[in-house]
Amino acid sequence: MVTRREAVGAHYGLKDWLLQRLTAVLMTAYTLLLLGIVLWRGGIDYTLWRALFANGAFLLASFLFMVALLYHAWIGVRDIYMDYVKSVALRLALQSISVAVLIAYLGWTIQILWGAR
Amino acid sequence: MNTNTRSSADRAAAGAPMASSERRVLSSRPVYLDLLRIRLPVPGLVSFLHRISGALLFLVGIPLLLAGVGMSLASPESFAQLRNAVANPVAKLVLLGLAWAYIHHFCAGIRFLLLDIHQGIDLPGARRSSVIVLVVSVALTVVVGARLW
Repeated sequence: MVTRREAVGAHYGLKDWLLQRLTAVLMTAYTLLLLGIVLWRGGIDYTLWRALFANGAFLLASFLFMVALLYHAWIGVRDIYMDYVKSVALRLALQSISVAVLIAYLGWTIQILWGAR
Repeated sequence: MNTNTRSSADRAAAGAPMASSERRVLSSRPVYLDLLRIRLPVPGLVSFLHRISGALLFLVGIPLLLAGVGMSLASPESFAQLRNAVANPVAKLVLLGLAWAYIHHFCAGIRFLLLDIHQGIDLPGARRSSVIVLVVSVALTVVVGARLW
């Protein structure tokens, strides 16, 4: 029974638990797809690599993978902070830094993926 | 420490609030949290390594992944630069460590998904799948290592 709710807690819902799993399934599919392509082609050179990312469907799949990865990472580090960092102030600070870093990574991802076109 | 924010596992380990009939049995158990002397069961080890590998991937894996993909796509020159950088023995060791982290997190994650849909939740089954996760992860990491060197 939850007796006190924390602003930096899990919000006691199913949403993050479910999204952690949905993003995991998505990343698994992308990992197997990429591994399949590399094995099928017997390696990757620059021309093939560029051609792969020039394909709109693969580019979007890669973007989706990164969004899934960053959200999955957020839930994971948040769980670690909730388990080991007992001070609410420190936890808020760590969570804020992590969110900022992950959003910056998302910006970097967009720069890389669409900058390469 | 605020008792409200402690997990139920913490409370159980400390022998704190629970039904009086339970307390009588549990309070005589040793509270044994010496990390160097605790013998973690295999499923616990897999769970622990899942967390360690996840933290490693967050701290080191994601920034290196983005830097690497960025270099690989920017130009033929930077692609070649990345190839050269990865040929460095220290870089190879870092990559091998990250490969293990990704593969272990991947395999253990699939195990957790199966547990979620109630596959292999009996104790012998859960132990067996834990051992499989550990062995397969190390085996696949060896394959990656062989490919790197």
